[in-house]
Amino acid sequence: MATQNSRSAARLMMAPAVVLFLGWMLIPLSMTLFFSFKKFLPLRGDSLENGLEWVGFANYTRFVGSSSFWPSVTATLTIVAGVLVITVILGILLAILLDQPMWGQGVVRIMVIAPFFVMPTVSALVWKNLFMDSVNGFFAHVWRGFGAMPVEWLSQASMPSLIVIISWQWLPFATLILLTAMQSLDSEQLEAAEMDGAPVLSRFFFIMLPHLGRAITIVILIQTIFLLSIFAEIFVTTGGAFGTKTLTYLIFQRVLESQNVGLGSAGGVYAIILANIVAIFLMRIVGKNLDA
Amino acid sequence: MGRIVLNKVTKKFGDVEVIPPLDLTIEDGEFTVFVGPSGCGKSTLLRLIAGLEDVSSGQIQIDDTDATPLPPAKRGLAMVFQSYALYPHMSVRKNIAFPLRMAKLDKDEITKRVEAAASVLNLTDYLDRKPGQLSGGQRQRVAIGRAIVREPSAFLFDEPLSNLDAALRVGMRLEIGELHKRLATTMIYVTHDQVEAMTMADKIVVLQAGVIEQVGSPLELYKTPKNTFVAGFIGSPKMNLLTGSEAQKHNAHTIGIRPEHLKIVSAGEGWRGTVGVSEHLGSDTFIHVKCEAFPDPITVRATGEVDIRYGTEIHVAPDLTHLHRFDDRGLRLG
Repeated sequence: MATQNSRSAARLMMAPAVVLFLGWMLIPLSMTLFFSFKKFLPLRGDSLENGLEWVGFANYTRFVGSSSFWPSVTATLTIVAGVLVITVILGILLAILLDQPMWGQGVVRIMVIAPFFVMPTVSALVWKNLFMDSVNGFFAHVWRGFGAMPVEWLSQASMPSLIVIISWQWLPFATLILLTAMQSLDSEQLEAAEMDGAPVLSRFFFIMLPHLGRAITIVILIQTIFLLSIFAEIFVTTGGAFGTKTLTYLIFQRVLESQNVGLGSAGGVYAIILANIVAIFLMRIVGKNLDA
Repeated sequence: MGRIVLNKVTKKFGDVEVIPPLDLTIEDGEFTVFVGPSGCGKSTLLRLIAGLEDVSSGQIQIDDTDATPLPPAKRGLAMVFQSYALYPHMSVRKNIAFPLRMAKLDKDEITKRVEAAASVLNLTDYLDRKPGQLSGGQRQRVAIGRAIVREPSAFLFDEPLSNLDAALRVGMRLEIGELHKRLATTMIYVTHDQVEAMTMADKIVVLQAGVIEQVGSPLELYKTPKNTFVAGFIGSPKMNLLTGSEAQKHNAHTIGIRPEHLKIVSAGEGWRGTVGVSEHLGSDTFIHVKCEAFPDPITVRATGEVDIRYGTEIHVAPDLTHLHRFDDRGLRLG
């Protein structure tokens, strides 16, 4: 694979994929940038044919100036952080549990992975109607069983509820990656630590956790990418009310509910910037773990 | 101190009895080698002593106290694993310090002991490296370092040299032997390589299918093997084990003659055969001879200078004073 010939052949064959991928990424990005500098209100008769009015940074200042902007950033970061903490911690515990030899291991593993196959919209609806409904929900029955007043989960504790729903969806992903990492841990290392006098907890903190370091990094990076753009769960459950309006949801409202494409596009550019800031932070903090 | 006594120890995995009742005493300061073919239960036996496996029945005594119910950490033993089992994310220093840290020694004491161990094992220059940056021999030494800092009452080695290349293996063999002489601590060493067993051991325990075939010093085992298994296992090249009419001449079912106790004689004497492959090692030559009297070729040791061609006729005769005789169950006669 190292001759001049084979290398140029490889480049040539990769070219269509690279071009397609670049187009896929660049066209929406440049259109977003383009619209963000224009006044574009389709309901007021603005259209590409008539030509759009150049407004400079007006959309950008308006988007940030809105009272919803900073709360939406906070909401986004709260969801990302909350889900990450829950999925990583529970994921590690579940991975340890599933790594133990037990009866029906195959079935249990498939069942643990199952939530990941459920579509976000469906799982959010299931949680909303079957579990968190204040009249007929499972939790309402449990609360009443103890003589307590059922909680209106999605309005009284909207953010924690949302984090629970999203965590339930992403826990299988974290568990799966951490389980495979756990399985690659050399059992002789644990035995050596046992001989060295390390009790169970020390073995976990000194041997298992460092071994899982890289897998945890991967879980955090991949989940962050997807969690920043969480949408369906919010749409189905709270509709952005009760402080659960994330940046993604705010952009959706600007573009589709207010029919202001220019303003939404400016929000999209902010979302890109936020994602990059988070990514840089993450790479700084956990990225070292990826070096071999 | 480090006297280990096994009393009717058995081990079962499910219904399979890997180790039938077994008694063994390992004296303080002895270098004992468990040797046997793959799957003979020697590693299991070591793990039973270490406490990494629970015995199914029987008792393990360490220094006259019953250690059977004790967890591995409480037995005061240190183990060197086949894969070395170094902690990859810790530096050499932290690896060696780990058992001391777990024992909650104070920092100065840990530093002192780690540096002492490192200087004994020539690891001082590597203390701040990670195991991944070390060669096989150095990793081996780190594993040994991690074992010696705890000052255990006995060391357990589980095939520690099998991942090293041949030259390094000879070197490490000497180093471990040297270490044993210096520390004078009990060492139990598991290997399938009878050369390691012969060169290092004070006492060899030959195992087959979980059963002790013979216990003794290397030369005892070499000179008076109790049965055909030990006879064939100990010694390189293998002893020639011959059955049939030649054996019956000596009132035995099987006779055994080591290659060095066979002589090349002139025509008309001894057994007639043709020369097969001969292996020239410089100091010795091992000639494989196909004899009419026996189905399998026999190995004969000759001097290094012998010049012999493939296919020539040859006559060999055994030195009858070094003849081993075995009965039909393979047990030694006389």
